[in-house]
Amino acid sequence: MPRDTLTGSRIRERRIMRGLKQSELARQAGISASYLNLIEHNRRRIGGKLLNDIAAILDVEAVMLAEGAEATLIATLREAALDAPRAGAELDRVEEFAGRFPGWAQVLSDARARVAGLERSVETLTDRMTHDPHLAASLHEMLSTVTAIHSAASILAEPGDVDPEWQARFHRNIHEDSERLAETSRGLVTYLEADSEAATELGVPQEELDSVLEAAGHHVPELEEGGAVEDAAARLGAGLSNTARQLLDAWLQRYAEDARAVPIEALRLPLEEDGLDPMRLSARLGSEPARIMRRLAAMPPEVLPDPVGLAICDASGVLSYRKPLPDFPMPRFGAACPLWPLYRALNRPWAMLSMPVQQPVRNETRFQADALATPLGGIAVNTDPLFEAHMLVRPLPARDDGTPATAVGAACRICPRMECHGRREPSVLAG
Amino acid sequence: MAGHVLLIEDEPNIIEAIRFILSRDGWQVDTHSNGSDAVEAVQRKTPDVLILDVMLPGRSGFDILRELRDNPETAALPVLMLTARGQSKDRELAERAGVNRFMTKPFSNAEVLEAVRALGPAHQPE
Repeated sequence: MPRDTLTGSRIRERRIMRGLKQSELARQAGISASYLNLIEHNRRRIGGKLLNDIAAILDVEAVMLAEGAEATLIATLREAALDAPRAGAELDRVEEFAGRFPGWAQVLSDARARVAGLERSVETLTDRMTHDPHLAASLHEMLSTVTAIHSAASILAEPGDVDPEWQARFHRNIHEDSERLAETSRGLVTYLEADSEAATELGVPQEELDSVLEAAGHHVPELEEGGAVEDAAARLGAGLSNTARQLLDAWLQRYAEDARAVPIEALRLPLEEDGLDPMRLSARLGSEPARIMRRLAAMPPEVLPDPVGLAICDASGVLSYRKPLPDFPMPRFGAACPLWPLYRALNRPWAMLSMPVQQPVRNETRFQADALATPLGGIAVNTDPLFEAHMLVRPLPARDDGTPATAVGAACRICPRMECHGRREPSVLAG
Repeated sequence: MAGHVLLIEDEPNIIEAIRFILSRDGWQVDTHSNGSDAVEAVQRKTPDVLILDVMLPGRSGFDILRELRDNPETAALPVLMLTARGQSKDRELAERAGVNRFMTKPFSNAEVLEAVRALGPAHQPE
């Protein structure tokens, strides 16, 4: 859903935050409560004088209501504030900041992402210094050789007579050791240079892939038309590190198989008639639900009745794919909320878990989450299957407010639910 | 003679330099280059001071030191450990294993000489 069509949701959110009843806001704005209700549920467009009036009543700039601020951007800004607690960032005004200065907010958010990437590189390099046996052996060899040279040279340089025979021996030793040192140094440089490409990849290949998919809208037109994976990889993979390129190739391969099994044209009518329910679509199209979820995430906006988000994780819980929604952010780094049905599905393989969920970021927006864990690979003798879990999230209609939603978050650091038994670390929102 | 030193180190030119400076100071110096039979070499040669490298072929200096400390005959033997690994956890490992002095490469001749003199028989309690 385009951002400007969510103006009504933002009005509703602001109104509730200010403790104003719908009827009261309608009265002050000079419209009927039923008309405001339609606006708040995004069924009537709003602009011009009425938007300005409502903004004035809610004490917010009209542009904030019209354009809002991306939840993911705000989440990243909160994380940036946590990284610099002494700066005293005004967390209670983060949305206002993001709304009024979106460019600066994006700069800050990008810088925070870059810092996080560099920190991980340093961590990896430190780890490598400690655990790379070749590097450790080379450095040990160099230090031993330097020690031998240092000792022999000191003997020759110190005052006092040294027997000519010993002098000759130490000269020879220094010569031998200096040659050995040169050779070890050259070998080390060659090793590090040969590995420099790998070193540049120490950042975050998964993040590189995420950026490519986000830029492409998670949709690959050439594969929808039966094109070659190699062509799509050449178009999308320019400038990626080797590891990220491998991730992209694997993702495209799966995309191509999915597109062949469930072509976009086969999806249009069922989507119109049955909506986004992956189980119903699966039964109607005769395709497995996980594949249907991936296909929905790959659809361009005009094909879908509502935008969908998708998270895929492996059996260790690491997110291998993320397509967040503005009101259902997914963490760029680190682990997500352990309460997501995605992880519960790993405990109940082959069972479709379907439930309303609600993130505290936009507490008025409820999503239906459908999660399913299925095995990777085929059946093998005496080998336990490895599971992979998918979770599709789709906005629930505003009128559907019957079933209580499961309270979840995006990640602990930016989650205000302090009492949560799944909390791993303190929240930036604490206190 | 100042005393008897056994140097267990696999780097020949380090052996030569240390042997020279200690011999010049009046020490009898024996050497051994292998980790796997180092404990036997210590028992056979009964030195007054042991200089022990950490990274030896066949067995680590930490293991050798632990076995020496477990044996009543060598439990009190003064040991100077040499290593290219200067991390604090290595120093801690050495201290836990019962080292008397710990020195990281590259070290100076004067430092080695001073350490051996301090560990030698003239400085040991009766």
